[in-house]
Amino acid sequence: MDLANFLIQLLNSVQYGLLLFMLAAGLTLIFGIMGVVNLAHGSFYMLGAYLAWSLSARTGSFALALIGGSVLAVIFGLILERVLFRHFYHRDHLDQVLLTFGLIYIFEETRSILWGDDVHGVKVPDLLSASVPLTETMSYPVYRLFMSAVCVALAVALYLLISKTRLGMKIRAGAFNRDMTEALGVNIKLIHAIVFAIGVALATVAGMIASPISSVYPNMGAQVLIMCFVVVVIGGIGSVRGAMIAALLVGLVDTFGKVLLPQVAGMLVYMLMAAVLLWKPEGLFKQ
Amino acid sequence: MSAAKANLETLPRTLQVLLALAFLALALFPFVGTDFYVQSAARMMILAIFAMSLDLLLGVTGLVSLGHAAFFGLAGYALAFLTPAGEPASLWWTLPAAVAASALGALVIGFFVVRTHGIYFIMVTMAFAQMVYYLFFDNKSLGGSDGIYVNFKPDAKFFDLDNKLVFYYFTLAMLLAVYAFLRRLLWSPFGRVLAGIRVNEHRMRAMGYGTFGYKLAAFTLAGGLAGLAGYLLAAQSGYVNPELMGFHTSAHAIMMVILGGMGNFAGAIVGAFAFEYLLHWFKDLPQVGAFNLGKHWQLWMGLFIVLVVVFARGGLLGAIERLSRRRGRAAVAKEEERVA
Repeated sequence: MDLANFLIQLLNSVQYGLLLFMLAAGLTLIFGIMGVVNLAHGSFYMLGAYLAWSLSARTGSFALALIGGSVLAVIFGLILERVLFRHFYHRDHLDQVLLTFGLIYIFEETRSILWGDDVHGVKVPDLLSASVPLTETMSYPVYRLFMSAVCVALAVALYLLISKTRLGMKIRAGAFNRDMTEALGVNIKLIHAIVFAIGVALATVAGMIASPISSVYPNMGAQVLIMCFVVVVIGGIGSVRGAMIAALLVGLVDTFGKVLLPQVAGMLVYMLMAAVLLWKPEGLFKQ
Repeated sequence: MSAAKANLETLPRTLQVLLALAFLALALFPFVGTDFYVQSAARMMILAIFAMSLDLLLGVTGLVSLGHAAFFGLAGYALAFLTPAGEPASLWWTLPAAVAASALGALVIGFFVVRTHGIYFIMVTMAFAQMVYYLFFDNKSLGGSDGIYVNFKPDAKFFDLDNKLVFYYFTLAMLLAVYAFLRRLLWSPFGRVLAGIRVNEHRMRAMGYGTFGYKLAAFTLAGGLAGLAGYLLAAQSGYVNPELMGFHTSAHAIMMVILGGMGNFAGAIVGAFAFEYLLHWFKDLPQVGAFNLGKHWQLWMGLFIVLVVVFARGGLLGAIERLSRRRGRAAVAKEEERVA
């Protein structure tokens, strides 16, 4: 593997890792703060991809689709939280597993009724369709760099929101001691709704920006959900920092595994998880 | 976790009688049912064995496994690989071998997963099951996404499993044997330790029980029994594909146990029959105008699952239990006195 090829794989692995982080961050926040395990998280990723496809076809602009899709995702998250998830924060995990499994079926079938079962492609916006030349024969698409930039920007925004703002302070306080925070006059229900909507929005945005390179197809949330579980287990549930490091690690192992050890590439990520479980059963950064 | 609540560990006399009648009805069913329904009933019995094996983890030990289908599928694949292209393989060694393959898979995966708790356990069992799924899905030599055919039904020497009636009664015998075994196990010292782990694992450890070993043993045993069901299903349908081990199969099994009521094995049987029946019912829904209701069965199943979780905690047997509890608090007090 020469340097240019190595660089391309490295960029790919970072980009994949950052995308996984967007999904895993929401999953780990929703679990860490509300104690809900959400199997339907992958469906939000699928929803994002379909929204990007449908809205960009309708408006003719990928940027407009991104903005419109994000707004819809937040609204969708708030409604879902209010109608269903709010009532499941204190139910046991088994009920949450079943509820969210039922939701996967509902989301998949609604998608099938609304948008059909065909595979669709989303065009890379013209502005970002160029490539950066690395050597005479190899180049790297600007769009993938744009994806990574969006993910990094959102990750930084999430970090600042949680650790530097008043809202973030309330979120952390609520995660630490819900009843005490509520007793101090914080509207914890509102905080939970906001956190849930943020999680849904992150997953939806991930689906939207991934749609031009991954295409849009039924059940696309399922595989990504499993990868997110692996990320959350490795990083430690509830830890956003752990999710970031674990996501990059999984991205590296998966991408380079496919290049260097293609025979066992599918298993490598799970072996990584098994190794972490032996070493630290509660993840690398348990809260 | 509310899973700590014991759920009808001792079956009331009325339920026992109902269950015995149900077994009798199953035994007599081939005399009245058509071939299609007898086949469906055999499939339901196989799934009931699968659901019972999951109940050992879910309802007895309190381990929410979202990857149980991996062991269900492993034994099916074992049968497919052990059956030569031109002749049937003997039941007498392929069945133990397939069950052993599933149990071994459960032992290896269990070694990693039973050291985790709660939410981690759910996610890790699901992840490992997906690993097994993709192992078979991605490898052409293991059948790939299409799966493989089981060319011949296992050869059983003394009876002919190719005969659908014989297969039906063989499956019924297996169902009864597994039920009797698990009911016996539930009240054995081993089963009591598992129930203790569900109620309070820390206390069990403080009392000197090596809970890791007990949980691993339960996980392995449950995996082996799931393998028995998977073997029978592969023998019945004549092919195996990765969907057998998919995440949906695992989730359906959980739904069966929940629907019937967990922790007593009888509920798992009831739930398996009810769930499978409902699945067929949704898939057979008619065309209404331009809209085919049956094609979108996932929507109805999804809504049904959500409604059950929101409104019907404790499953079908749980509903009966609550009814009888409402009927007389005195009876409950008496029962508690007896247990104490």
